This record gives sequence, C-alpha cells and structure tokens, in this order.
Amino acid sequence: MADRAAVPQAPELTARRRSGLPRAASPAVVLAMLAIATLAAVVLFMTLDLRGNLGYVLPRRAVKVAAMLLVAVAVGLSTLMFQTVTANRILTPSIMGFDSLYLFIQTALVFAVGGSTLATAPVVGKFAAEVLLMVLFSGLLYRWLFTGGARSLHLMLLVGIVLGTLFRGGSSLLQRLMDPSEYIILQDLFFASFNQVDPALLWASAAVVGAIAAAAWRLRHTLDVLALGRDTAVNLGVDHRRVVSWVLLMCSVLVAVSTALVGPVTFFGLLVVSLGYQLCREYSHRWLLPIVGLLGAVALIGGQLVLEQVFGFDTALSIIIEFAGGILFLFLLLKGSLK
Amino acid sequence: MIRLSGVCKSYGTARVVDQVSAEIPSEGVTSIIGPNGAGKSTLLSLISRLQPMDAGSVAVGGLDVAATGSRELARTMAILRQENHLTMRLKVRDLVAFGRFPHSGGRPTAEDRGHIEYALEQLDLLTLADRFVDELSGGQRQRAFIAMVLAQDTGYLLLDEPLNNLDMKHSVEMMRLLRRLADELGKTVVVVIHDINFASCYSDTILAMRGGRLLHQGTPGQIMQPEVLREVYDIDIRIEEIDGNRIGVYFA
Amino acid sequence: MAISAVNRPAAADAASPSAAGRSDAHRAAVREAVLLALAGGGTAILAAASMFVGVSDVSLPALLSGSQDAWDIFWISRVPRTLAVILAGTAVAVAGLIMQLMVRNRFVEPSTVGTVESATLGILVVTVLAPAAPLLAKMGIASGFALAGTALFLAVLRRLPARNTLLVPLVGIMLGGVIASVTTFFAYRFDLLQTLNNWMIGDFSGVLRGRYELLWIVAGLTVLGYIAADRFTVAGMGADFTTNLGMNYKAIMRLGLTLVALISAVVVTTVGAVPFLGLVVPNIVSLIFGDNLRRAVPWTAVFGAGFVLGCDILGRTIRYPYEVPVGMVMSVLGAVIFLFLLLRGRKARG
Repeated sequence: MADRAAVPQAPELTARRRSGLPRAASPAVVLAMLAIATLAAVVLFMTLDLRGNLGYVLPRRAVKVAAMLLVAVAVGLSTLMFQTVTANRILTPSIMGFDSLYLFIQTALVFAVGGSTLATAPVVGKFAAEVLLMVLFSGLLYRWLFTGGARSLHLMLLVGIVLGTLFRGGSSLLQRLMDPSEYIILQDLFFASFNQVDPALLWASAAVVGAIAAAAWRLRHTLDVLALGRDTAVNLGVDHRRVVSWVLLMCSVLVAVSTALVGPVTFFGLLVVSLGYQLCREYSHRWLLPIVGLLGAVALIGGQLVLEQVFGFDTALSIIIEFAGGILFLFLLLKGSLK
Repeated sequence: MIRLSGVCKSYGTARVVDQVSAEIPSEGVTSIIGPNGAGKSTLLSLISRLQPMDAGSVAVGGLDVAATGSRELARTMAILRQENHLTMRLKVRDLVAFGRFPHSGGRPTAEDRGHIEYALEQLDLLTLADRFVDELSGGQRQRAFIAMVLAQDTGYLLLDEPLNNLDMKHSVEMMRLLRRLADELGKTVVVVIHDINFASCYSDTILAMRGGRLLHQGTPGQIMQPEVLREVYDIDIRIEEIDGNRIGVYFA
Repeated sequence: MAISAVNRPAAADAASPSAAGRSDAHRAAVREAVLLALAGGGTAILAAASMFVGVSDVSLPALLSGSQDAWDIFWISRVPRTLAVILAGTAVAVAGLIMQLMVRNRFVEPSTVGTVESATLGILVVTVLAPAAPLLAKMGIASGFALAGTALFLAVLRRLPARNTLLVPLVGIMLGGVIASVTTFFAYRFDLLQTLNNWMIGDFSGVLRGRYELLWIVAGLTVLGYIAADRFTVAGMGADFTTNLGMNYKAIMRLGLTLVALISAVVVTTVGAVPFLGLVVPNIVSLIFGDNLRRAVPWTAVFGAGFVLGCDILGRTIRYPYEVPVGMVMSVLGAVIFLFLLLRGRKARG
C-alpha cells in the first residue's frame, strides 16, 4: 500500500521541474514568424544599399537570393530526413561525407572526360550526369554502410568523417594530376559561390528541389513513424528498407543540388535542424519540414546580409558556420546524445 | 495459428535459431522460455519479420511473413522488442496513436481515437497521457509502448520480455491483461519471458528453447516438471503446487 | 576448489621458462633484429631511390663522372630532402605512437586531436603579428599553441561521458576542425589563405640545404620518446596505477605532451602537416607484430620513414615533371588505411 502511494511522486517531481522551462510557442506561430522573417530577409537583401544600374543589380541579387533559398531548403530537408531515417540527432549527410563525394564526382568527371569537353557541354546536362553518378555512388556506399553488420553510431560517424577527408583529398589529388592549364580554366567549376550561379542551373535545381520537397511532404506521416526506430517502424507496417533507400536517394539528390550551387557547407544542416527541433514543440514532420526549410532560409540570407552589411565581409559565412557547427557538434558529443 | 517450419538463423558461424518447427495455437497465451542465448528473442524477431530468416517459413494467421506486404502484416500482428529508444520528445498519447498508423496512415479517425483511449485505459496510462515519454520511469515507458501495440488492434500480439522494468504489481497486471486479451477478445499472445512461474501461471502453452533448438512444447503442466526444466536450464528446480498453479522453486 | 583450479596453470606457466624456453626467446629476438635490419635496409633503398628522383638529371653515372652540376643538386637538394623526409616520417610516426600510449586509444595522433591545427594557428598568429620573426621563434610560438591545443583535448577528454574508443578520435577531429575554422577565418581576413596551405599540406619540394636543419631537433625528440616509451604505457593506465608504481604521473604526461607538441610544431613549420601518418604506421606495426612496446618503437620509426619516403617518391613520379605534395598523397592513402582499420574492427566485433 505504501508502495502504491509512493509511485506517483517521482514523475510528478520531474513534471514540475520540466514545467519550469519556458513553453515554446505553438508550431503554427513559429512557422508564421519564420515566414515573416524569411520574407523580411529577402526584401532587405534585395533592396538595401541599392545603387547603380537597377536593371543589372536587381537580377543579380535575385539569382543570389534564389540560390540561397534553394540551398537552405535542400540542406535543411536532407538533414532532417537523414536524421529521421537513421533515428538520431547528430548524423547529417555532410558529416557523412555526401557533399565531399559530390565534389569528388565533379572532379573525377572533369578528369575522365577532360576539361575542355566539359566546359563546352550544356550546364544542365553536366549537372544531370553528376547527380546521376552521385545517386549511384552514394546509394551503393551508404546502403553498404547502413545495412552492414553492427551499426554503431560512433563507427558510422567516424567512417563518414574519414570518407569526407578521403573524398576531399582525392579531389585535390586529381586536380593536381590534371594539366595545370586545364585546371585553371576549371577552377570556377570547383569553387562555386552564390555570386556566380548559372541561371539555367538555378531553374533545374528549383525543379528538382520542388519535386523532392513535395515528395517529402507526402511522406510526412511515414517519416514520423520512421523516427521511432527501425523495429517499431517495421512493426507498424512500413517497408523499412524500401522507404529508407528512397529517402537516402532524395537526400543524395538534395546534397548534389546544394553542393553544385555553393560547394560544401558541412555543419549548416546540423545547426538548422538542431535549432528546428528546439523551436518546434510538436514532434511531427508536418511542422518540422516547413520550419526547418524556412529556418535555413532565414539563417543563410540573414547571415549573409549581416556579414555583408554590418561587417563588410563577403564569403566568410561558410567559415563561421563551420566554427559554430563544430562547437555544436562537440557539445552534442559531450552531452552524450549518442546512443 | 502461427506455423513455423524449419526456421533457421545464423550470425556468422553461430547458429542462433536451429531448425525450429512448431504450431502456436490461436486464441491463447503462449510463452517462450529458456536460458540466456537460447534464441527466444531471435525467434520472435523472425516470426515478426523484424529480421529475415536464413531458412524455413513462418505463417501467421495463414499469411506467409516473407511474402506478405508489411502493411497487411502490421494489421495482423504487432511486435514489441525489449529495448525501445526514442530520439524525439513525444507525448504518451501521440506515441500510442502511432499504433493506428497501419490502419489510418497518420490521419486518425474517430474509430482510431477509440482504440487509443482504450489502450491508454487498459495500461493505466490515462493520467500520464499528456506527459512526455522521456519523462516517464522505465516501467511507465514500457507500458506506453505496450499500449501502442495494443492500439494496433491485431489478432496476434508478440511481446519480447514485456515484464522488463515492471515492478511486481505491474507485472501481475500485465499478465492479467494479456490473459484477458486472449480470453475476452480472442487474441493470440506470444511472450518471451524469463520468469518460469509467470509462464506457468498465465500461459496455455509453453515453448522451451535451448541453444537455438526447440526442446519441448506443451501445457504448463507438461513443461513444469523437474526433469524437463533440468534439461532446459541445467539446474534442479523443485515444483510445488500452490492454488492449482505449478511453481518452480529454484532460489536455494 | 574453483580458485585453486584457476591458479594452477598460471603457477605452472610462471615456473616453466626453462633453458629451452629462454633459448627460443633468444632466437626470436635474433630473428626480429634481422627482420628489423631488413626493413631498415628496405628503407635505405627507398632513401637511395629518393636521391635520384627529380626533374634535374642526377644519375649515378653523372655523379661518378664528377659532374659539378649533378653534385651540387645532390648536396643542395636531394640529400637534404631525403633527410628531411626520414626525420619527419620517423618523428611523426613515433609522436603518434606516444599519443596512443598516453590516451590508450588506437585512433589518436597529432592530426586527429587538434595538435597540428593548433600549431598551424600558432604560425598564423606569428605571421600576422610579427612577420619578420625568425623561424625558430615561429616554431616556439607554434609549439606553445600545439601544447595548449593538445592540453585542451585532454581536458575535454576527461569530461567525456563514456570513454568510447571511437568517441575519442571523433571529439579530437571536431576540436581540430573548430580550431582550423578559426585559423581559416583569420587567414581569410588577412589574405593569407594561400600561405596557410603551405603548412596544412606537407610538401618536401621546397627543402634545400640551409632550410631544413631545424628538423634535426625532432631527431633528438624522437630518441627521447624512445627512451621514455615505457613510461607512457604506464601513464596510459591511469594516475593511480602510475603512482602505485612509484612514478610521477603528471611529470610523465607533461613530458609526453611536450614531445608530441614540439614534434608536430617543428614538422608543420618546416615541411607542413603529414596527416594520418602517426595513426597509420603504429597501427600497421601492431597489426603485424602485436602490442609490444619495446619492439613497437623502432619498427614504428623505420616504417614511418619508409612510408613517407614511398609517398614522397610517388608524389614526385605520378605526375612527372610536376610534383604532388606528399601531404595530399598521405591524406588519400592515410584515409583509406584508416577506414580499413575502422571497418576491420567492425568485422572482428561481429
């Protein structure tokens, strides 16, 4: 009898402790605020400090903003879905070496086909070939990783990080092995930045990101179930292998798009998605998907805006993301949020 | 009925489940017992398609688990493993609601809500329904997961050591609930269980395993025999009959 | 009963090293010395080859005919370069081994715990604040940073919730990444990105007589590491264990830290980082010979030199007449071997 009286006490205590925390706003409010912030960032980015020939400046800025929006959505969604299907909060496609792989494929393609041939090839066709190769190789690589034997998360992380180093090292090695003159011509290809995005590539990317975002939205309930872990998802009738392969494929394509547009940004996804979980009170992809996408847009456009306008920097955003993301990653590791 | 024929599973060179053939009768509670490493949990994973088997076949209610779509199987049988980690913050009611996913695909109807409330009530979780799962004690969390598979409303219910983390009171309540599910709702319940006395008191059939093989299958009266238990556990267990139940005494 | 049953074979073992056993051990020691000499010979052959690979014509006949040009290049470029490779290869491999002994983790080495990145940050700081400082001063500052970075890693390590074998290098690599991003940021601000690459990617092509001699410092440090190797093993067992054996734990850890930091800083300032070397070589040595420290140090030194010599020759020939920096070759080869080591462990674990 005494035992029965004692039982409810423990959870009540923890509940009281928890309720001391500030209550997050409802997901709908968060979403609305993020939408307004995104809109404000876009408008400010387009209009601040407007000088000179508007017919030249405005389209250039529009291309830049559009590219950033696409990258934000691509990185945010791919990271969120990747974490969902791997049922953890710390693995991301970039940390697992996805974008280094894409860089390597780009380089290997130039190496194999020859720079002059590739430089004259249509941008969209080249992009399609790269995405195809990316899907093929990442599919092989990561299916092997995720389905092979004992799946320790630490091992996966370390393997992913070393793979990233390997692909980056391989890319620089191949670049060195090319004819130096050819390499100089192709430098543009390797060091993409928001300042020089090909409009044709932008349209193709927009179509791809749009299609995948729609597919992700349709999968939102299944994604909720997948986040419960493999066994529970299988119990609830999800064809786990098929859906996970499908989601990983979507992630590969999204990473290809974002890397083609700006090059690798290792920790951006981790930052945005971790913040998204904090902001979203309800664990449901119905809310998480749009919140993460918009959060990415605000962070990227807003961050670029602040750096350019306030500090007068130009391309240092990725370095700052690397710094903050690295610290967050260390924090997550030390907090023991790995199982 | 669950029909197993020639089921095998190996990890590397170690054979974990070895040529198991059995028929688990419908509408009743069946317990799988055996020492550590006997292959009980693996057998349950094979029956429930959580792991592919190397050889043999399993049919649950006439459905071949290797050939039937996962969604249809999820409306026929529910499985709960021992260890269930959540990486996200979910309320108990939301977790239980996932049990309706095979039926409604994430858009719960009024009927779904009825099942959810029923499951919460059966597991004594109504007062905890709006708590976050990660704030619960081990036993409460265990009950929340069991409520989820109960809400799944399947004819077959497979539970891997459902008494883990539960205190005596909740263990007894759990076994009574399983008994009631079998008797009143006609469900087929299969549990892997460590405590032979719970198995003895609450099951209709007991499967005794050792070293990946099925050694014996029978009623509690047939299995709860010193010579049978000696063969399974390698220790001497005295059997006493208390209030019509056969109880094994192995503490001294 | 049970206790004596366990004890008996152990007692028998302890009594058994008889005359026959001892002569077996003696024979094994001789065989190993021969093997080590062979490996040393192999490395010497690589070193000899390294003398004759390059764009300018330095062939044996040219040298024998007394060509002044050939001899000049030989003494000014080829010999210093080969010596630099051997010194750096030996030292970095041994530094990796020391690190692994101290932390008791197979996957740590100066470039996976932030030491190299800290040293690079140090050089950048001197270059920005005092561009005219002599090389030795730059080395000193870099060493100070390397020491601080490694100490920071060890401090973080003590805070880890669980000492997981794989978590340790993960934390180290991330710490290195954060430090590297700070370095990149300032390099970017001060327009030194190009210069930064010289330190981040090891390259022996710039080694000439008069520009590598500081590397002899690491030869002394390596010998010191060899002498103290046993102590690092003991220190790796923990403070209590070390104190119990009557040694000063803190002093040993300080010595190890200093050795690793100095070696890393000197190598990074003179030739640039050689990634994964300190990880790959000791692991290969332990794969082949098992874990016996007395034996591991000389093997690690010989293999380290041989490995870098091989990579450097490869870098010089793969895209002849251009050169690929050894750091790039190492980052690819090293990463492949690192992956192999990681996944091999997975198979073994089941």
